[in-house]
Amino acid sequence: MKVLVAVKRVIDANVKVRVKADNTGVELTNVKMAMNPFDEIGVEEAIRLKEAGKATEVVAVSLGGAPSQETIRTALAMGADRGIHVQTDVELQPLAVAKLLKAVIEKEQPGIVIVGKQAIDDDSNQTGQMLAGLLGWPQATFASKLNIEGEGAEVTREVDGGLETIRIKLPAIITTDLRLNEPRYASLPNIMKAKKKPIEALTPEALGVDPKPRLKTLKVVEPPKRQAGIKVKTVQELVDKLRNDAKVI
Amino acid sequence: MAVLVVGEHDGGALKAATLSAVTAAQKIGGGVSVLLAGSGCAPVAEAAAKVAGVDRVLVADDPLYANPLAENVAKLVVSLAGGFSHLLAGADSFGKNVMPRVAALLDVAQVSDIMAVEGPKVFVRPIYAGNAMQTVEATDEKVVVTVRGTAFEPAAVEGGAAKIETVPAAGDAGLSSYVGAALSRSERPELTSARVVVSGGRGMQSGENFHLLEKLADKLGGAVGASRAAVDAGYVPNDYQVGQTGKIVAPELYVAVGISGAIQHLAGMKDSKVIVAINKDEEAPIFQVADYGIVGDLFQLVPELTQALEKPS
Repeated sequence: MKVLVAVKRVIDANVKVRVKADNTGVELTNVKMAMNPFDEIGVEEAIRLKEAGKATEVVAVSLGGAPSQETIRTALAMGADRGIHVQTDVELQPLAVAKLLKAVIEKEQPGIVIVGKQAIDDDSNQTGQMLAGLLGWPQATFASKLNIEGEGAEVTREVDGGLETIRIKLPAIITTDLRLNEPRYASLPNIMKAKKKPIEALTPEALGVDPKPRLKTLKVVEPPKRQAGIKVKTVQELVDKLRNDAKVI
Repeated sequence: MAVLVVGEHDGGALKAATLSAVTAAQKIGGGVSVLLAGSGCAPVAEAAAKVAGVDRVLVADDPLYANPLAENVAKLVVSLAGGFSHLLAGADSFGKNVMPRVAALLDVAQVSDIMAVEGPKVFVRPIYAGNAMQTVEATDEKVVVTVRGTAFEPAAVEGGAAKIETVPAAGDAGLSSYVGAALSRSERPELTSARVVVSGGRGMQSGENFHLLEKLADKLGGAVGASRAAVDAGYVPNDYQVGQTGKIVAPELYVAVGISGAIQHLAGMKDSKVIVAINKDEEAPIFQVADYGIVGDLFQLVPELTQALEKPS
């Protein structure tokens, strides 16, 4: 069985983002970029399926401008077998991403597709669910445990009340949550090997998908700033402040 | 305009997230209908009919919906979507699971996690863990939206007199089935709607030590939460997690204990009215957002605080 994973290039999780002065977005020039952390978990899970003998090949797909290839190389260095880069400079929103991935999936025919539950840039949390809807496939979102058994899978999901387990038919879409696994670091020899692994180049036109954005960004602004308060010396002082100044207890 | 709120319930009552979505629906304008899918959910339908601002309650009562599988609930919502300009749900694990599937089946974009309604198709939402606020305009004919519960007051549970209508089940998609759940049981208020939240981080050092926070939370009538670090370390279950990818809370009082204050955690609690931080590291970023900070050993300070609250003011 082939596993397909989608990987997105985003601002590194440790970078403090700055809103652009003209309020059109956030500053992306000279900012450290990295693979979306939830996608790293997806790549790791796919590689583990291969190591466990449940998958035969791991294909990493990324969509976007030329630098997205670096993100694919990261996946290849972790252990993915080959990459697919759908190159476009159009701003890609989740519905367009889902349509492009659907087109790639129809070509590749994977038995399972793993994507991050959300990207830490737009925080949309939509792509996996949309992709499942478009394909008419089952979806197991926010997965913290994945067990493939024959023609199906049993997936434990992180939900508001705790954990929920569902059984799904395959092929299916899995979206990863934080506790699914701990992604490995790529070793130096594997980084070198990754440079020789193939990356196929595609375009939205070749896939027959119109990636035009459906949401228009009117503006992006800083959130209201929270002022740092005061330090208190004793618990009694804290209780007095909460009772008499803040009046919350 | 007509808005359909996809309701979430526990068989007896509507979830607070749904009540907040009703408030957002009223801001969009037009009639507000609430859809309830469930098995034996007549009592919830009657409760929903009393919610202020709701005009119609649509009930799909069928064993198929005993557990809300995304594939089947999305199918139902799409079967009813024709009569509505807007489809809303709470941005919790139910709404996040179901609504993007609905949007894709309707070939429209979704606007996730809105915090304000600025027009029928214009919404404000957080991006980059709330470090930027984006105003977006939807261009599709229909608009699918999930609503951040802490940004909209829950609609009043009394005062409405909506009509209850039965709608047919939309059939089993035959793709998935429910196996079981391991849900946290607690007598404490629900994390996302509690008036007070006491959260612990890596500084708690173990799951047992969370008893200290439970005692403090009980004294304050609050819920207990945690940072991602504490959940990853296995101190507490995943449903305790407050943050960018966990739960969003905005209580009257948030007490952060042994939490350093990573931006991903701040994203989940910085809209709290009053923030208290207890941490031994005086350089911890949590102090930059705290109204009241106290530097010291949490194992001394937390029991001391619990005890101090026992004394009348």
